[in-house]
Amino acid sequence: MTWRDSFGTALGAVRSHKLRSGLTMLGILIGIAAVILTVGLGSGAQDKVRSQISALGTNLLVISPGSSTASTGVRGGLGSSTTLTVSDADALTSKVVAPDIEAVAPTLTSSETLLNGTTSWTSSVVGTTADWASVRARTVSEGRFLDAADESSDAAVVVLGSTTASELFTVGDPVGQDVTVDGVQLQVVGVLASSGSTGSTDDDDTAIVPMSTAQQRIFGGATRTEVQDIYVEATSGSTLAGAYQEADDELLQLHGITTAADADFTITSQQSLVSTATSVDKTLTVLLAGIAAISLLVGGIGVMNIMLVSVTERIREIGLRKALGATPSLIRRQFLLEASVLGLAGGLLGLALAFVGAAVLPHLISDPIAISATASVAAVGTAVLIGIVFGVYPASRAARLAPIDALRSE
Amino acid sequence: MSTVLDVDAVTKTYDTGAVEVHALRGVSLTVEQGEYVAIMGPSGSGKSTLMHILGCLDVPTTGHYRLAGEDVGTMTEAELADVRNRRIGFVFQQFHLLSSLPAWRNVELPLVYAGLSRAERRRRALAALERVGLGDRVDHKPGELSGGQQQRVAVARALVSEPALILADEPTGNLDSTSTDDVLGLLRELHDQGRTIVLITHEAEVAQAAARVIRVRDGVVTSDEPTDSPTGVTA
Ligand SMILES: Nc1ncnc2c1ncn2[C@@H]1O[C@H](COP(=O)(O)OP(=O)(O)OP(=O)(O)O)[C@@H](O)[C@H]1O
Ligand SMILES: [Mg+2]
Repeated sequence: MTWRDSFGTALGAVRSHKLRSGLTMLGILIGIAAVILTVGLGSGAQDKVRSQISALGTNLLVISPGSSTASTGVRGGLGSSTTLTVSDADALTSKVVAPDIEAVAPTLTSSETLLNGTTSWTSSVVGTTADWASVRARTVSEGRFLDAADESSDAAVVVLGSTTASELFTVGDPVGQDVTVDGVQLQVVGVLASSGSTGSTDDDDTAIVPMSTAQQRIFGGATRTEVQDIYVEATSGSTLAGAYQEADDELLQLHGITTAADADFTITSQQSLVSTATSVDKTLTVLLAGIAAISLLVGGIGVMNIMLVSVTERIREIGLRKALGATPSLIRRQFLLEASVLGLAGGLLGLALAFVGAAVLPHLISDPIAISATASVAAVGTAVLIGIVFGVYPASRAARLAPIDALRSE
Repeated sequence: MSTVLDVDAVTKTYDTGAVEVHALRGVSLTVEQGEYVAIMGPSGSGKSTLMHILGCLDVPTTGHYRLAGEDVGTMTEAELADVRNRRIGFVFQQFHLLSSLPAWRNVELPLVYAGLSRAERRRRALAALERVGLGDRVDHKPGELSGGQQQRVAVARALVSEPALILADEPTGNLDSTSTDDVLGLLRELHDQGRTIVLITHEAEVAQAAARVIRVRDGVVTSDEPTDSPTGVTA
């Protein structure tokens, strides 16, 4: 007997008891759909957080002044109010000291009022270097971004965020125009493309000037060498930890600090934000997936139950098949295939239901559902496996029956 | 002529818990190749039990049974299945057709387990049905056939694999005289082709179709003699 014949026989048996087969599949179907959807919900939530965070700039480390590890609060640096300087940032750009660091952007931020003639707009003015655009994953929609020449010459130039640009220049192209900040006249050389971020702060309400210009000409005073935050971009996601270590070591050394616990700065990675954000989702996903797995188990027991009924009901058929030459292994194969067909059909229908759910549910719960191909294949595979596992006992019971006992039973 | 069936002091005891039923109490007989044997006896005498042992569907409690020289007691389940499939064609007292399958599907079953191709199976199943006069009923399910037609489907299934041995348990038990004649005619044809036939019946007229009659009563053979049938091959 070929596999094809066995399969045909199994399929025929499933088809000849439509209602019963349907109800059995329903158990598997619901379990599989539930598993795929919960896993999809979990990975959908993770994707969402990940995309929000990568919008900030990928492989990003933020070095901020003061220590957040000490319970006594922020610890000041060596006799100054802020502890990070332009030279700290410069040291990190060295490929020798920090091979895993791709780009460094120190920032100095202040809320300032910008003027275009009589139009005024208060925006967050950021002094930084040319690397800022790459570190924060931003691009310009018009004109150009700051470059190294702007930095070395304290150039009176500014790149506007899209919100700031549209507030100050309601008509006409802002590039080439002048704006005044704190009495300093700056030429607009570019406009940033919108960040698309949906966070609570508007990343487009900003104006970027060269760090040197900010320190020497705009903010002035005590801030001449100090910076607020240093943004560091690692060469890749896998070198983020290395970059973290290099920045930490170098800054500790520069600041003359011997024990890491005494650090007067804090390094945060976007990754740590991601994992905090997703760990909550993960707990929920595990819980839901557990419930889904239990429903799958119940579905499997349903298959076993039906297969046992099927064996009992068809004892005479088994006896006859044996009398006509079916070996025990062929009988076992037939019933195992029957159980697998139930599992496979239930699994495929469950997958279909999951796709329908993934299309409909996001409208109701406003959470994205990402159905992955691997999860789908794994789930359908599990369904077949359930059919096989729970079919083994009934199948071997059928195979063991003595032909004549089976034939004579009523 | 070689001995096909060799039954040696076979007993069969059913243990039904409270009482032991001695269905066979020491049966010995041999059947040569090409013989046409009828087994007769009153109801409950052990005829079906004997046929199940002859057909390797059941094993003796004591004693030996050799089929074509091979001791059945030493064979594995899979070997027995193979023997039943290749050597034996059964016609059961209760037909034993699968009600969910059309006639031709029922008839092809032995060929499925023999591993024949689908096309070959269908061809031979249709030919067998044609031969029993049911060429126009191949797609009918057993429930859509009369008792006599069902019995003929069962006969078609027994002969489709062209086995050397046909075991028929009361193949005419449920049939009117016309159908009885049809079935007996078929068995006669098969016998004429050289097949060994063991026919169980409690009707004397049916037994007359055979060349030799073995009478059984209470699990023992009481007589074993040739009939005056002209067509029989005497042992
Ligand atoms: N599985 C069984 N368990 C217990 N007793 C059985 C079993 N099968 C048969 N018997 C008994 O064995 C005896 C012989 O039964 P068997 O079926 O061989 O009779 P038979 O000659 O074929 O009768 P009939 O002409 O009615 O078909 C009977 O007494 C029957 O009750
Ligand atoms: Mg009987």
